[in-house]
Amino acid sequence: MDKRKNTASHLLARFRGLIQAAATLATNIHLPNFAKGGIYQGAGKAVCVPGLNCYSCPAASGACPIGSFQSVVGSSKFSFSYYVTGTLILIGVLLGRFVCGFLCPFGWLQELFHKIPSKKLSTKKLKPLTYIKYAVLLFAVVLLPVLVVNDVGMGDPFFCKYICPQGVLEGAIPLSIMNVGIRSALGKLFSWKLAILIVVAVLSVLFYRPFCKWICPLGAFYALMNKVSLLGIRVDHCKCVSCGKCVKVCQMDVDVTRTPDHAECIRCGKCVGACPVDAISFRYGLGLTGDKPAQSTQACENK
Amino acid sequence: MFKAIKPVAQVALLIVGVAMVGFGIKRGEADAVLAKAIRLCLECIGIG
Repeated sequence: MDKRKNTASHLLARFRGLIQAAATLATNIHLPNFAKGGIYQGAGKAVCVPGLNCYSCPAASGACPIGSFQSVVGSSKFSFSYYVTGTLILIGVLLGRFVCGFLCPFGWLQELFHKIPSKKLSTKKLKPLTYIKYAVLLFAVVLLPVLVVNDVGMGDPFFCKYICPQGVLEGAIPLSIMNVGIRSALGKLFSWKLAILIVVAVLSVLFYRPFCKWICPLGAFYALMNKVSLLGIRVDHCKCVSCGKCVKVCQMDVDVTRTPDHAECIRCGKCVGACPVDAISFRYGLGLTGDKPAQSTQACENK
Repeated sequence: MFKAIKPVAQVALLIVGVAMVGFGIKRGEADAVLAKAIRLCLECIGIG
């Protein structure tokens, strides 16, 4: 067996699907609740999970960070959430968008949809759409729940209420199957959000991770943290032969040889597996940068 | 220049993150999150 293919980086990239499945299960561990038609109400729900996972999912182990932020700032008592923001900063610094690539259930779902055989479309020319998610984060998650309030000073969780498809998939659908009261209460808002879910599902078949690229406010936050996260991608320019295979295999439209800490890199590791000379690897630590700068030929030879 | 300040920024953010979590818990935000998360979120499931 080729020894180089068993490095930690290669193993991480190779077993990513398994890790995603395990993370989805860990994030939704209370599976019997699907049959009960209720949600988990234990103390674990005070802790935010790292990915986008609705806390109204019957099996949800913890709280959705985006939903939690909105619920805290939308309450009459607080206008900002230090607890949730601090949690996201910690996760962002420790992992960055590794969360998107390995731990987020909705990211995994989109990848599963993308495996459905169909014509696949490139998002290379749609890069401007990636800025929409920052607007969703700023307006739907941060500002509107604080600014648009009712008579008692409470604001709606705008992203959860009007945009998030995960709430319909994980919450509305399983709960309405088991609970006739919930089923009879579903109306126009549910229809709107179901339409969003269907559109995201269809787009996921055609494009790679469209929700992650264009809409997800959690991905937007972690994207901002990619430049300072301890986990990143390193490119050894002494080994790199500029074959371009890493660029070709990247479905997030990132040139890892030029911008290994790009905001759109979800650390999936496909470039690690594609590189014929093992120039690309995961790195973890303080102060480590993505590049080993192109040294002189002599310096590379002396290595 | 960013390479020089990156480790400083990382440590600073880790400290800020821990401090914010602690402050948030102290002023009752974790209780607020729990109170919301253990109840069915009608907005999330499309009932409003």
